[in-house]
Amino acid sequence: MSPASGLRPAAVRLAGVHHRYGKTLAVDGIDLEIAEGAAVALVGPDGVGKSTLLGLISGAKRIQQGQVEVLGADLAQRRARDLVQPRVAFMPQGLGRNLYPNLTVAENIAFFARLFGENADAKGARVAPLLEATGLTPFAGRLMRKLSGGMKQKLGLCCALVHDPDLLILDEPTTGVDPLSRRQFWDFVDSIRADRPQLTLLVATSDMEEAARFERVVMVDAGRLLADDTPAELLTATGQPSLERAFISLLPEDRRGDGEGSGPVAPLADDAPIAIESRGLTRRFGDFVAVDHVSFKIRRGEIFGFLGSNGCGKSTTMKMLTGLLPASEGEALLFGVPVDPSDIESRRRVGYMSQAFSLYGELTVRQNLELHARLFSLLEPAAGARIAKLVADFDLADHLDDLSEGLPLGVRQRLSLAVAILHDPELLILDEPTSGVDPVARDNFWDHLQRLSRQEGVTIFVSTHFMGEAERCDRISFMHAGRVIATGAPDALKAAKQSASLEEAFIAYMEMGGREAANDARLPPPQAGHARPSGFSWARLGAYAWREALELRRDPVRLAFALVGTAILMIIFGYGITLDVDKLRFAVLDRDQTAESRAYIDGFAHSTYFVVEAPITSPEDLDRRLKANDIAFAIELPPKFGADLRSGRPTEVLVTIDGAMPFRAETIKGYVQQVHLLFLQQMAEAAGGSLSSAASLEMRYRYNQSFRSIDAMVPAVIALMLIFIPAILTALGVVTEKELGSITNLYVTPVTKLEFLLGKQAPYVAVAVFNFFVMVALALLLFGVPLKGSFLGLLLGAVVYVLATTAIGLVSSTLTNTQVAALFGTAIGTMMPATQFSGLLQPVATLEGGAWVVGTFFPTTYFMRISVGAFTKGLDFSELLPFILATAAFWPALLLLAHLILRKQER
Amino acid sequence: MAPTDVKQEGPGARGMAAPSRPRRSLGQRLAARITNVVNLFKKELISLWRDRALLVLVLYAFTAAIYIQANGMKHDLNRATVGVVDEDNSPLSHAILDGFLPPRFQPPVALKPDEVDKEMDAARYTFVLNVPPNFQQDVLAGRAPSVQLLIDATALMQAGLGATDISAIFQQQVNEYVSRTARETATPVELKIRIAFNQGLESSWFTGTMGLITNITMLSVLLAGAALIREREHGTLEHLLVLPVRPSEIMLAKILANGLVILVGTAFSIIVVLKLVMGMEIAGSVPLFLVGTALYLFFTAALGIFLGTLSGSMPQFGLLFFLTVLPMNMLSGGFTPLESMPQWLQATMQVSPSTQFVAFAQAILYRGAGMETVWPRFLATFVVGMLFFSVALARFRKFLAAQQ
Repeated sequence: MSPASGLRPAAVRLAGVHHRYGKTLAVDGIDLEIAEGAAVALVGPDGVGKSTLLGLISGAKRIQQGQVEVLGADLAQRRARDLVQPRVAFMPQGLGRNLYPNLTVAENIAFFARLFGENADAKGARVAPLLEATGLTPFAGRLMRKLSGGMKQKLGLCCALVHDPDLLILDEPTTGVDPLSRRQFWDFVDSIRADRPQLTLLVATSDMEEAARFERVVMVDAGRLLADDTPAELLTATGQPSLERAFISLLPEDRRGDGEGSGPVAPLADDAPIAIESRGLTRRFGDFVAVDHVSFKIRRGEIFGFLGSNGCGKSTTMKMLTGLLPASEGEALLFGVPVDPSDIESRRRVGYMSQAFSLYGELTVRQNLELHARLFSLLEPAAGARIAKLVADFDLADHLDDLSEGLPLGVRQRLSLAVAILHDPELLILDEPTSGVDPVARDNFWDHLQRLSRQEGVTIFVSTHFMGEAERCDRISFMHAGRVIATGAPDALKAAKQSASLEEAFIAYMEMGGREAANDARLPPPQAGHARPSGFSWARLGAYAWREALELRRDPVRLAFALVGTAILMIIFGYGITLDVDKLRFAVLDRDQTAESRAYIDGFAHSTYFVVEAPITSPEDLDRRLKANDIAFAIELPPKFGADLRSGRPTEVLVTIDGAMPFRAETIKGYVQQVHLLFLQQMAEAAGGSLSSAASLEMRYRYNQSFRSIDAMVPAVIALMLIFIPAILTALGVVTEKELGSITNLYVTPVTKLEFLLGKQAPYVAVAVFNFFVMVALALLLFGVPLKGSFLGLLLGAVVYVLATTAIGLVSSTLTNTQVAALFGTAIGTMMPATQFSGLLQPVATLEGGAWVVGTFFPTTYFMRISVGAFTKGLDFSELLPFILATAAFWPALLLLAHLILRKQER
Repeated sequence: MAPTDVKQEGPGARGMAAPSRPRRSLGQRLAARITNVVNLFKKELISLWRDRALLVLVLYAFTAAIYIQANGMKHDLNRATVGVVDEDNSPLSHAILDGFLPPRFQPPVALKPDEVDKEMDAARYTFVLNVPPNFQQDVLAGRAPSVQLLIDATALMQAGLGATDISAIFQQQVNEYVSRTARETATPVELKIRIAFNQGLESSWFTGTMGLITNITMLSVLLAGAALIREREHGTLEHLLVLPVRPSEIMLAKILANGLVILVGTAFSIIVVLKLVMGMEIAGSVPLFLVGTALYLFFTAALGIFLGTLSGSMPQFGLLFFLTVLPMNMLSGGFTPLESMPQWLQATMQVSPSTQFVAFAQAILYRGAGMETVWPRFLATFVVGMLFFSVALARFRKFLAAQQ
């Protein structure tokens, strides 16, 4: 029976919900009703379907089977979903996962306010109190990525609350957050609820202590509901002392773990030698002191815990101990020897597990274990036996052939630990090894650690946010702002502060270390009513454009490349790509050596097209020099050339041209024929006659009388440059959101796909137009290519062209899921068509087959004509218009394609 | 070497002063390094195999992409467009027009005089031939009339070649016509032109090979660099560095694995796509070419890793990639002749192994050059590759520290 239902209407109603990923069934028939104003905790181990359920309720995931009704709207219907979304706020799992790392605190909040259509006045009125209430006011100008984990989560909450939602959904909001921040976070949530009784709160957590704060707890396992009641009732019903034990007792027999924890731990021998020693270890990053003169000694076989707020220097200290990071000052000794990153052998004695999962996701569990066994030079059959033992110890048998990236978090952590101890290290350095792991798995994990420490004498240096884990350490250190505040046995630390629990002691020490207590400012009352979301909103589009532009501005490297890169490439290509064939090297095999033969050769040697090389001595020499590309062609004059010529007997000249580069060979052929003809004419004139033709062909090179390569090439290069860089910039824009997780904002906020796409595109169009002006200036001033035609036409053409080229980037990034693939796809998709099939070297009309098709349906083809037309052909606006229209057609077409591929909901 | 040996009751347990770690001989250490590289190499191959989207793109780059480029874009005069304003309409003018034969020319299209400008502005015709009224009559009367040929000089590659060609066709047709009525004296010196190496001047072989070279460069730089950044973003690189492996071993494994994939793709492309499907005549030794390619791949992969260490994120790498690979490809001599570039640029491009690669690829594949001819280029490629490898190696730890 749902205890809190009463007479209030339901805020969330689920009926028969199923959800599967491939073959795995994540949600297996859940019915649930949550009353308006209720606060419900969803608890259960990793990978039981909690996140999927929240994704479905928030509208981020598409419903596969069953009914999901939120605030009276059926989420299966798009229209209903659009209407209800402004009243729902969703904070996904992971620290600040839906936030933007390169935006400041205030900018992040402003972005979300804009997405929900808050106007400027209302926005100002909302943001300040939110910052005040969360204690973030002093950090308003700090970049999100520089915040600690706890602050990130508070900011996430601010962003979720900025539009006064009626339903607030938080997915594991305090995972990886230190105890003090966690406490502040929940106090803040409580104060919001007190101010706003109609707010419905739905929170997923794997921490049972947190769940006890809620009026209703829903226990989930294997995609089904296990229990649903008030915490007190759950305890009574199961007869267990804590929710954690209650949960375990509700699980099927075989999954309850090994019962009541481990027995008492044997005390550590007093005379154990020192395994780790840190002497005044300091690390600075620029002005920031991450670790500030940290000293401690850890004895062999000891379990030493490191506790502290997020970003206090725990990980940095650990990295210095492993040699990953050089210390700025002080030294670290392992087994009495200073840490030396170049000492490979010492690495065999240390096992390290970093905070984030750092094994190869694309390898299976077995492959990961085998790879590490080999890298540690474990030989068969010892390696096989060792792996078999670890698989049994860490219960990995069921997952042996699964890809590591698909494993539930708890299993992944077990695998990481198995890998870390695979080579029997004497020392284990574990950085938050149990963050995000459910209680049962965590318990087992610590049993392992204790066994290693006491039975095998392994020294363990571990950092954690869980007080329960800290209690199991021999000694712990509290750290804050890079300094160690206190070190000692857990009981001793408690006694020193006269605290009942370690958590209280921790908070007392943190405050002693200079950490400020929470603020308890209140939020202003919510505004009346929610505006109906409009179909298309310039404000939301603007929000994305503004965000994207800020991100670009914050990355000076990217901005510099975007602005200057094109100019550099244009200079290189403007000079480099030329189809003028000249300075051709040739040599002569003169078997005659008479005045006539020398006169013939002079005809070539005096031409500016040719450069004469040392004479050829033999046919073999001729072959060799052609082969080595020393010469492009060779002339052979026969014996008696001069005598035959004088006596009027027919003779012949043999020219051998290197055909390896057909274009060059063809050009040489033409030149040679001309020079030869000239020689004949001169000879005829010398003899008093003339060699006139019956008719002549008068050639007129239009547009570019001097036939200067540069005049045609520079406008063409502009067309090339306006596709590569704008396309690649835009392509990475969308896919980055996919990789980092902020794409969730597209799923759960009122922003439409079109607004999202156009907003993403806008800043890059601006960058590209800027580039266009730079390149036109370069063309006119540096290359001296005159602009003979309409500038207005050229400008308009450039604008519609970059709209099309950036849209290519949009399509490429909606198609792909990783930045590598987007990068690669864009490179392949633009480089060949633009350089080969768009009329740069050969007119599109002369292409065949696939090349012709690509060339015809590629925007560069048309802009190339606009650019060459405006610069060199001197076309006016009306003459350019047909090409401008053709180029313009690509933008809507590509946008439509991207719109079709992009999804407003996750699968 | 078993783990228990290393542990040995823990040397640190007994005395901190003198750690007595087992010293291994040079040979043993070398063997250990080689096994490390081999193991990491296998891991790289598995990783590549799992990224199906990337594999499809790689496959495309070595098959369809080469075929389309080779057959679609010719570097010689091919299907040139000709417009004609024939104001004479005589047997002679018709004979001239009949001389425009495929594949070099598309059939000439008749235009009205007032259409010429518009059509040429729209780049529909590269050449427009204007035969004046009474042309045939004037020829027969010995008045040596002239015919105007308008050439779109912005169509660089075609304009020059086509002009020479049209001029030859024109003279030949006129001469033939005239010689039917008058006697022609034989030219005293005959010019015989022989094309070495690619007798038919078949440009699809050339564009195909150059397309292959472009894709090799693009792929190898991108694969190596992106793999590095991806590993760093996923934290796996840091993880490797706490294992008993050296940065040089990690890098070497990446270079070898990516290199092998591309080398196999290259061999397939040469033997199947270019030789079997397109009938390219390969003058030299394919194995020798592959040896050269392997050296080149050593350079490109080292360059990719170097660029990877320079850039802080994938978007930055993307831009850096375009900025380096585009010029390397387009100025290597595979697109346009190297000789015509400004001296300073030629000198710069000589340093780039892409230029060396294009040069020895042409020498081996078309001219049948052997080791005795191409070894200096092989050496240059290897030296520059070594240089990038060393610089990348030096940057490696710095790069890891910079991500904090």
